[in-house]
Amino acid sequence: MYEFDYHTPQTIDDARALLSGRDDPKLLAGGQTLLPTMKQRLAAPSDLIDLRKVTGLDGITGAGDTLRIGAMVRHAAVAASDEVRQAIPALAALAGGIGDPLVRHRGTLGGSIANNDPSADYPAGCLALAATISTDRREIGADEFFLGMFETALEEDEIITGVAFPVPRKAGYAKFPNPASRYAMVGVFVAQTGNAVRVAVTGAGPGVFRVPAMETALASDFSAQAIADISVPSDGLLEDLHGSAEYRANLVTVMAKRAVQSAL
Amino acid sequence: MAKFHVTATVNGEEVEYLCDPQQTMLDVLRDELNLTGTKEGCSSGDCGACSVILDGRLVCSCLALGAELDGAKIETIEGMAEGDELHPLQQKFLEEAALQCGFCTPGFLVAAKNLLERNPDPTETEVRYWLAGNLCRCTGYDKIIRSVLDVAAEMRGS
Repeated sequence: MYEFDYHTPQTIDDARALLSGRDDPKLLAGGQTLLPTMKQRLAAPSDLIDLRKVTGLDGITGAGDTLRIGAMVRHAAVAASDEVRQAIPALAALAGGIGDPLVRHRGTLGGSIANNDPSADYPAGCLALAATISTDRREIGADEFFLGMFETALEEDEIITGVAFPVPRKAGYAKFPNPASRYAMVGVFVAQTGNAVRVAVTGAGPGVFRVPAMETALASDFSAQAIADISVPSDGLLEDLHGSAEYRANLVTVMAKRAVQSAL
Repeated sequence: MAKFHVTATVNGEEVEYLCDPQQTMLDVLRDELNLTGTKEGCSSGDCGACSVILDGRLVCSCLALGAELDGAKIETIEGMAEGDELHPLQQKFLEEAALQCGFCTPGFLVAAKNLLERNPDPTETEVRYWLAGNLCRCTGYDKIIRSVLDVAAEMRGS
């Protein structure tokens, strides 16, 4: 790693103040992606601003139809939370399937969605559940938040404080993990809220995306059979040594069916 | 650049050290505290050779910073045996030959110890799921998994 300065602010205001007037500051929110990236010298921030001591970014609270998870809540805590398991068991299962225990003990919800890796799990959960991302200055709907590969609607100095998930009637997540990294080759999150259904896909494309044809079919018949013949075009999907675009397109339908089955 | 002055508890003993921001927890353990039992494998969070327990949670020490450990409680492989008496997991790994080259072994032992402290009666699936972040290129895992399950049963019996 190249040299950097390390800061541990106690408040959001202090963190924001540290972000201004420095060459290339980065927020540290678990570090399970940022630190390896710095070791590979793909990132060389001038300053690391560690959010772990900042108050107000922790905690899981349920209030009626909404479950709110603080930005610095670690994946293992979401997976083990009674509140999450009762309100949105599919989200607890998603968190419990991220990486491995070592990663889950450090990685955070805010860190994951701010990074917006095209193969990360949380973006699919946020988009399918129509979550609202709270920051130090505004609220951003998931449909507006995720812009593309490693891109979000966040301003350079904007800090995620938490995510509010509407509690669905039914939800399910299924992923085909890369056997080495456990990142999603393809992951599909399906959520039924009221009479509407949302289907979000991660791992397959350059960023998380919805599948309207599946959503319409599932809204009238919430069954795996209803989407068995619906496939996404392979044009523009990711293609690498782990799988071709056609393979990923096929996996989208397979994982969507499994997600629906797990939600029943 | 100013160094950070850190006071932490490692294997029950209070330690003090100075470190640069870019030194990882692994760098500090090995280079500042001379605790070389914890190994550097991939240094990117994939292999688990550097597994330690930080405030009760299993983590990759290569993906934490030395500067963030002020007040932390850390457990490493060096804290497993009591004097000359090996931890039951260490003893079982030897008896069952649950290692070949041995480079991953400290990580596996620390991870398995953390598992049994949380869950004294894990299923084979739970053991495999817990050790998913620890890679071994020699054994094929079977002897490791069996050793952990055997020790869990013995520790419950005693």
